[in-house]
Amino acid sequence: MFLVDYIKTVYNGVTSLLKGMRMTGYYFTHHKEIITQQYPDVKQVLPERFRGEVVMTHDEKNEHRCTGCTACELACPNATIKIVTKFDITPDGKKKKALDTFVYHLELCTMCNLCIVACPTDAIKMAQSFEHSVYDRSLLTKVLNKPGSKLMEGVE
Amino acid sequence: MIEEVGTSPEGDLIINVGPQHPSTHGVLHLVITLNGETVKNCEPHLGYIHRSIEKMCESLSYRQFIYVTSRMDYLSSHINNQGCSLTVEKALQIEVPERGKVIRVLMAELTRMASHLLWWGALGMDVGAFTPFFHAFREREVINDIMEETCGARLTMNYIVPGGVMYDIHPNFQQKVKDFITLFKSKIDEYDTLVTGNIIFQQRMKGVGYISGEDALSYGCTGPVLRASGVKCDIRKIAPYDGYEKVQFEEIIETGCDSYARYLVRMKELKQSLSIIEQLLDNIPEGEFQAKTKAVLKLPKGEFYSRVETARGEFGVYIISEGGLTPYRIKFRSPGFSNLSALHHMTKGSKLGDLVATMGTLDLVIPDIDR
Repeated sequence: MFLVDYIKTVYNGVTSLLKGMRMTGYYFTHHKEIITQQYPDVKQVLPERFRGEVVMTHDEKNEHRCTGCTACELACPNATIKIVTKFDITPDGKKKKALDTFVYHLELCTMCNLCIVACPTDAIKMAQSFEHSVYDRSLLTKVLNKPGSKLMEGVE
Repeated sequence: MIEEVGTSPEGDLIINVGPQHPSTHGVLHLVITLNGETVKNCEPHLGYIHRSIEKMCESLSYRQFIYVTSRMDYLSSHINNQGCSLTVEKALQIEVPERGKVIRVLMAELTRMASHLLWWGALGMDVGAFTPFFHAFREREVINDIMEETCGARLTMNYIVPGGVMYDIHPNFQQKVKDFITLFKSKIDEYDTLVTGNIIFQQRMKGVGYISGEDALSYGCTGPVLRASGVKCDIRKIAPYDGYEKVQFEEIIETGCDSYARYLVRMKELKQSLSIIEQLLDNIPEGEFQAKTKAVLKLPKGEFYSRVETARGEFGVYIISEGGLTPYRIKFRSPGFSNLSALHHMTKGSKLGDLVATMGTLDLVIPDIDR
């Protein structure tokens, strides 16, 4: 009885190993199944929802949609966003709060998307860029509103 | 507590495995007392990746604290987020729309599959097979791409928010998941051919890391570890949440109590998750994906608890609220911690190589154990 079990085990062992080797041989001879991506040479197109970094949209007249309401700053869990506001004088002589600088710390950002959801005017969005490595950490602190840009008309 | 490398008073060898060891799946540090090659005692030392997440949550609002929980059990981040959202919804009595619920379940099951696939590949590495890792990651990559398209991230999604989900599903989502199901069905038999039926693998797994059902219960094990010891413990069956009561699936129970039983439970769970996805994919109800909630969430004074079934076991969220904007105290019950505590029971008297294999079947994620 012991001998029968022993031979059975050896037989099962050899067949299971051969089955596994057959699979390995299949992939060795079928190169179409290989799915390696040649990353730096061929860059994949990332989906539009991919969260790479926060950017502010500007139109061709260099106007943005940010009113400086600081909703994103309050929504951010780790103080990634700092908004500096100023007071503009409107043509009819009234003071109006406006965005001065939108400081964004990419090194603190965890891409949780809460600022984008919180924004009432769709001023900021996530960009698809992901190659963020730099030699100096200070380069990761960015100002999102372009120099000389102003608030788009009609955005409250 | 044993601190140093050397010999114990009884003449046994004391060695450190980890915190930087490839077979400990992260920064787990085990102090092992060896008599020859037999493990006499094995003591996990924690604290290498402690980020004080529970304390951190006390300074974050009820919308903000959810993203941190993705960083705990990063392989089932969707399910962690779901557990936290469920607690907040329970406290505020928010009713999640049906569409939101179905999307949540779909995402949770896809995450469970991705997690089990990674576990399968890593287990192969633990017992000395390198090929399974590539096979598992090939299929996991497809799930990650689906996640990337709908949620915007591959691992730490922060997609499930109080009230539902953050966005509606991507228009390509259903087609892509269908493609994945066809792909996966053709590949899952390969897994059995390559690993499950393999004689070397079976010899490494059978009869190793034995823990009886009563012992597993007393150590607080949950998930596949407890189910492999023949105890029913699936939260999706015991206390259904987010519409799990409406889908048909089996709770996998094995009675082997050893590493091989734990392996089989997870492999069968992969198929169950696939069947849940198949049932729901064509029946996503129309409507809102997120309930209307206030911009600032304020929980009423009191204590709230809810639990979900992650890929590793029972994950509980306990919130004490004083009625303010931030929680007074948050406690997470993570499955990995209790499962790890049973390791020394499982491996006492076994060989050193079997310790690594047993650890592999526990499916440890260290940031989950060490929050």
